[in-house]
Amino acid sequence: MFDRRDLLKGAGLSALAATLNSTRALALDTVTLPFANGERPLVKYPQKRPMIGLTSRPPQLETPFAVFNEGPITPNNAFFVRYHLSDLPYNLDPDKFTLEVKGKVDKPLKLSRKDIKKMKATEIVAVNQCSGNSRGFFEPRVAGGQLANGAMGNARWRGVPLKAVLEMAGVQAGAKQVTFNGMDGPVSDKTPDFVKALDLDHATDGEVMLAYGMNGGDLPFLNGFPLRLIVPGYYGTYWVKHLNEITVIDNVYDGFWMKSAYRIPDTPNNAVEPGTAPKATIPINRFTIRSFITSIPDGAKLKAGTAMLRGIAFDGGKGIKEVQVSTDGGKIWSSAKLGKDLGKYSFREWKLPVKLAAGSHELKVRATGNGGETQPDTPRWNPAGYLRNVVETVRVTVA
Amino acid sequence: MQRTVLLAISLALAAVIGSALAAPVNYKTPDEVAALKPGPNLEVVQGNCSACHSSDYIATQPPMKDKKGFWQAEVTKMIKVYGAPIDDADVGKIVDYLAATY
Repeated sequence: MFDRRDLLKGAGLSALAATLNSTRALALDTVTLPFANGERPLVKYPQKRPMIGLTSRPPQLETPFAVFNEGPITPNNAFFVRYHLSDLPYNLDPDKFTLEVKGKVDKPLKLSRKDIKKMKATEIVAVNQCSGNSRGFFEPRVAGGQLANGAMGNARWRGVPLKAVLEMAGVQAGAKQVTFNGMDGPVSDKTPDFVKALDLDHATDGEVMLAYGMNGGDLPFLNGFPLRLIVPGYYGTYWVKHLNEITVIDNVYDGFWMKSAYRIPDTPNNAVEPGTAPKATIPINRFTIRSFITSIPDGAKLKAGTAMLRGIAFDGGKGIKEVQVSTDGGKIWSSAKLGKDLGKYSFREWKLPVKLAAGSHELKVRATGNGGETQPDTPRWNPAGYLRNVVETVRVTVA
Repeated sequence: MQRTVLLAISLALAAVIGSALAAPVNYKTPDEVAALKPGPNLEVVQGNCSACHSSDYIATQPPMKDKKGFWQAEVTKMIKVYGAPIDDADVGKIVDYLAATY
């Protein structure tokens, strides 16, 4: 399951580093994210290309932003990695793997990978994004994983609808929610295990999926091999990795990771006055709408003339209606041409040729969804650093 | 004789490949290189924090104005929420180290 080309690429990079003088080699090995204390190592894990290392135990890897300019699908070897607890199933045996379905069901199930792969497969292209993606840009800053914009990715997931598996098991009357537990867990039995819950209606909507495939291959180990939950349009916290236990319950699950963590303010726009605490909270749910320029990094120096701007946009599942671009800091906006529609949960590519005269310019991009929602000009704030979707700005100097 | 040896080698190789296909994943992460910065009560921090997570969790936190308040809240969270078995006597030492060092 290790990608040989990956290993070769990794070896190539080290060889390259070795031939440069030590200062250059060091520069190759770190990146500085654009916020205070943003220096990170570039790290090479099996099955992954060099990624931005956030933490090593448990492993957390951010996708270098340039990857998002390669196309609307994020390659498996560049897809971000986020874990909460350090006891990973590094030695799991795929042939002995079983998914257990239990609780308020007529017929509890134990399914092997073979059993699951024998079922009728479906595919969906969907973005997975960490709830804390872009947390490092929050002002005032908040505790937690200090990520730039690379804790997101878009993949073609292959698997079976959760609905089909729940139908096989026969959900009993009175069932309210379904909980999901993976093989990864805490080091100490006093730490709450990572378990998430969805309402039964949501779990059986036919879109929520148990995926074993990603972009034509197996899931990489760090992305949940051999099976993970896909919850299109919802933040990554629900996309439980190494999924091996599904329980149908007749109440609302009150475990730590639903009741206390991953909560957003129960206010309009789910925001509060920066630096304050919300009075009431709800579980985080759908993505806010976002868009990015991917073809030009912040601080770039360009030649005067026409430049082709490219980027991506996505939302929580309504789909992207329009992407607009401004080259004058947000005064005048022009509509970009949207790329191929890969589905309402996918990144949507956009491009727009713009004329840039000599001087400094603020390039901005703003998406509008089919539901009419758009991005705010000033950032919304919440104490956990979730939901960031301010209109992004790329500053360029043109000569 | 030579053929027998070759056959034996091929069979052994086939067995290795066969078992490799059916074997556990055995995923190996790179060695953990991040280390806690030197500071007062470093050994107390190492003893209490390192069992559950690497030190880059600490090093990547944002620079805050109220360092002591921030780290007090983080240590309290580790104890109350994540069940870290930290002795009362060590809490102050850990907070002081973090506030002075990060």
